[in-house]
Amino acid sequence: MTEGIDWIARSGARAKGRRPAFFDEPALDRLYSLTLALASELSATRERLDTVERLLETGGTLRREDIEAYAPDRAAGEERGESTRAYIARIMRGFQQEVEAMENPDPPIMDWVEKLSTP
Amino acid sequence: MKKDLPPPYTALTRHPMMPRTKHDESARFNFLTHFNRYLSGTLGAGNKLAYETRVLPAFRAEHGRDPEHRYEIRDAMNRDPFHRMWSALKRNSMEMRQMNGRQAVLRQLDELDAQARQFNEHSGLLELDASIEQPLYQTCVDIHCQPGGYHSEERPGDVTVGANYDVGLFATVGGALGALNDGGGQALVAWAKANKPDWKPKRILDIGCTVGHNAVPLAQGFPDAEVIAIDTAGATLRYAAARAAGLGVKNIKFVQANGEDLSRFPDNHFDWVQTTMFLHELSASSMPRILREAHRVLKPGGLILHVEQPQYGPDMPLFEQFMRDWDAFNNNEPFWSAMHGVELEDVMADAGFTHAEQFVVGVRAVVDPTIFPPSPEGEAEDFGRAAVWNAYGAWKVAPAKEIAA
Repeated sequence: MTEGIDWIARSGARAKGRRPAFFDEPALDRLYSLTLALASELSATRERLDTVERLLETGGTLRREDIEAYAPDRAAGEERGESTRAYIARIMRGFQQEVEAMENPDPPIMDWVEKLSTP
Repeated sequence: MKKDLPPPYTALTRHPMMPRTKHDESARFNFLTHFNRYLSGTLGAGNKLAYETRVLPAFRAEHGRDPEHRYEIRDAMNRDPFHRMWSALKRNSMEMRQMNGRQAVLRQLDELDAQARQFNEHSGLLELDASIEQPLYQTCVDIHCQPGGYHSEERPGDVTVGANYDVGLFATVGGALGALNDGGGQALVAWAKANKPDWKPKRILDIGCTVGHNAVPLAQGFPDAEVIAIDTAGATLRYAAARAAGLGVKNIKFVQANGEDLSRFPDNHFDWVQTTMFLHELSASSMPRILREAHRVLKPGGLILHVEQPQYGPDMPLFEQFMRDWDAFNNNEPFWSAMHGVELEDVMADAGFTHAEQFVVGVRAVVDPTIFPPSPEGEAEDFGRAAVWNAYGAWKVAPAKEIAA
């Protein structure tokens, strides 16, 4: 590890320049940072699990250095890419459906409740 | 790879200076690569929908007219809940790319610094000049939200900022720049060879070269040429020179210099002066000075080429201008908006290139398409990041000779 530098602390250094506030409530900005970072960590963990499975399937045993050095071939790369894409589609469903709703808006449900309740 | 999937991070070529990533560091870049594509594609469409279905109608109701400037759209969209969420996600994605790159670089900085020192002591490719001052456009904010910008050090003589730029560029552009992040430079070589097959430039100047990913392909594509790549940021040049040496390139030199003062070079010295995705990082005062110097050092018959994202111009819808402006305000590129708003042809004319000498041409990254699928365009484009550019250029005409009476 690097001498004389706290590499973990320094890796989080903030970029100079005032950060835009995207929401009126600062806690919401922080929550986005936290949630997206967690999403990324889970994605990395899922990918690591896939690596472990593939190495075990091929070799029957596991060495940690093989995990660190693993590079998928074309087919495995595509399978993993598709899996990541599906994962993102799942966690981002709420956002994606909001886009869909803007594309094809519905009236408030009460409109239908009233309409269907009227003989 | 399938057309709709970005390649895995491990498809990058590990040249000797490229920081080694651990499994999970690569996996985080994979997540960000996919996430950026999702943001610009699936979710990006929501920005236009929000604008058309509610933001524009509300603007018309309030003002009795359509927006007349992209800034009016920006003010209105910055109050829209969907655009706020989208922007927050995108900003965080940029920040996470930086942190992941910095973790990889900083934990192995001893090795990277030692390797760079070894290359730079023996290659002769690096010429630093401590008297070069960092311009305000470099220091006022950290460009691209890259902590330390291109010029700062974690400790004297280190390569952190350059290494971090190189290790994470893949995630920012969705893998669209190819195995060495050099698809832009390769595109320039392909364009030059297709358009002027017999041209053999002897001296090439690249201004604002950062890690040299666009300048090294020029040296490789024209092995008989001498390439000078300059930047004000010595910290990045240290990495750039070591990277080039690691790739075995010898006909390039990385020189710390400011494009506003090229007095170290005589008039009519270079056959080709190049800038790639550089002008928008400058300022309204420095850009014309750099362009004038570029004109002075360029030989008659020589080529000047500025690769940029498309200029806005009167034909570009204001909403697209607003989307392309996002990085100016949210990714620390404060000159981006003004630069893309000017008539670059007029700025080049003021620098000495007549309109008749100038041309504009589309350039697309040259990559191995079997591994690196093309960058999304059109509706799905990540505005300002697509590996499809406009090149604003000119072939310098020899001054008219006085005709003897």
